[in-house]
Amino acid sequence: MGVEQKLGNMGVVTTSLETAVNWARTNAMWPMLFGLACCAIEMMAAQASDYDMSRFGMELMRASPRQSDLMIVAGRVSKKMGPVLRRLYDQMPEPKWVIAMGDCASCGGVFNNYAIYQGVDELVPVDVYVAGCPPRPEALIHGVLTVYEKVKAEKFKDLAKG
Amino acid sequence: MAQIEEVSIEQYKHLVSERALTGETMLLNMGPQHPSTHGVLRLLLELDGEVIVNAIPDIGFLHTGVEKNMEAKTYQKAEVMCDRLDYMNTVGNNLSYCLAVEKLVDLDVPERAQAIRVVLTELQRIASHLVWVGTFGLDLAAMSMFLYAFRERELILDILELCSGQRMMTTYIRPGGLWRDVPVEFEAAVRNFIKIFPKRVDEYENLLTKNPIFLDRLLGIGKLTKETALSHGVTGPSLRASGVNWDLRKARPYSGYEQYDFNVPVRTEGDTYARYLVRIQEFRESLKIVEQALNKLPMGPVRSDNRKFVPPPRSEIGVSMESLIHHFKLWTEGFPAPKASIYSAVESPRGELGVYLEGDGGPKPYRVHWRTPSFDNLSVIPKIVKGHLVADLVGILASIDIVLGDIDR
Repeated sequence: MGVEQKLGNMGVVTTSLETAVNWARTNAMWPMLFGLACCAIEMMAAQASDYDMSRFGMELMRASPRQSDLMIVAGRVSKKMGPVLRRLYDQMPEPKWVIAMGDCASCGGVFNNYAIYQGVDELVPVDVYVAGCPPRPEALIHGVLTVYEKVKAEKFKDLAKG
Repeated sequence: MAQIEEVSIEQYKHLVSERALTGETMLLNMGPQHPSTHGVLRLLLELDGEVIVNAIPDIGFLHTGVEKNMEAKTYQKAEVMCDRLDYMNTVGNNLSYCLAVEKLVDLDVPERAQAIRVVLTELQRIASHLVWVGTFGLDLAAMSMFLYAFRERELILDILELCSGQRMMTTYIRPGGLWRDVPVEFEAAVRNFIKIFPKRVDEYENLLTKNPIFLDRLLGIGKLTKETALSHGVTGPSLRASGVNWDLRKARPYSGYEQYDFNVPVRTEGDTYARYLVRIQEFRESLKIVEQALNKLPMGPVRSDNRKFVPPPRSEIGVSMESLIHHFKLWTEGFPAPKASIYSAVESPRGELGVYLEGDGGPKPYRVHWRTPSFDNLSVIPKIVKGHLVADLVGILASIDIVLGDIDR
């Protein structure tokens, strides 16, 4: 019983190129290895044994922005870090997505003061906000799956418009 | 948004050697986004080939304004800020802050609350060291260590969640005691952990302690002498690995640490390997304390009944008018603290975590300052990395166990 015979029984699958590309993107999304504060520890926990984000094609955290598709802003962004964060975002190749993980990255959280950006959406366009201080690893995984839903619904012509 | 500044050598002229200006040595930027700087530390390295001539830390990428923000809140409400300082030691931060407030307003804590505080802070110390040993292994390419360490960390976080409902930012320890009593499942959960964990530490040691590759990377690397450590204010396991027996739990006991029988692991070598051994040994010692505290856990209240400072329990509010008034007053106005300044310190997993509080007679602190261990510990990095390879810098940085939230505040 070879694999050829099995495949032969499946016949032909028809789909649009759009669907196929989007499907592929959701199964090998590489997040950037980029932790800022408390949420980074929960992000690590989401990668580690108990929660194991690699179930969703995300085991590969890339330390270089040039190899990554997804930026998880895990933690508070200070005024000094803001320009660095923006530069990292600019260095990522298209298409790219951003998750604001936790309350600080989403809206400033408990730190309503001079030092912290009140939400990372002041700096970069955010696709999914994950609430919690810090969010549980499950919440982050849910956020990632929400990004996937978004990716699956994307149209090429919208992307081309920018 | 601030403009991105291009880095030029002009800015760093006064920090680097003459040779860097002629191009004989190379300047290399490491961080703030770098997997092994454990957060957002930036290091400017001056390299001669692969050998480090000079390392200049640049901090402040995580400056949060915690101290200033705390001044705008009442003593009770300011506590949530301190969880987020050193995010690996959240319970310990709460403890240090609460001890300071209790010292300022002269508040007693019931025995039961003290014992539970000890159990939880020691568990948190183990959790912090677990993250440390995991990332330390990861930095030195022992990848599986990370997965094992985080497996055990989940057990501790489950216990914290059981008590407080939160995994990390618990704010469970409150001025005058605890938020509430521990649930009935607490003791069984901790006992289960005490049973499992020693075997797991043995497992880690089997993986790492005698591993020849690991030893090659650590032995004799990043030697920190006693004198340098003391002159830079290094505390915690890094100091104890350099041969100084200084642990606040023994030297200035708080929360009833004087009742527990435990050793303070000390090594004299002062290198990266010694720091590793001290932390591994602390796993076992912390577990001893947890077990003793759990065995003697007395029954009784977990909050002081001084209603001027501590809110009454929920059950009283429905039946007692006075309790309702106290509750209302404490959560709207807060309690006034005397015009005085105090300093109180605890032993965090990284060293002496102190808080300086100044009251001005009102319900909000006039000044809060944190003496955080990572900040002082980081200051020795430029001293001890000189002459080592860039690859060793990663190990040295990890072995000092800096937390950027702790440094920048």
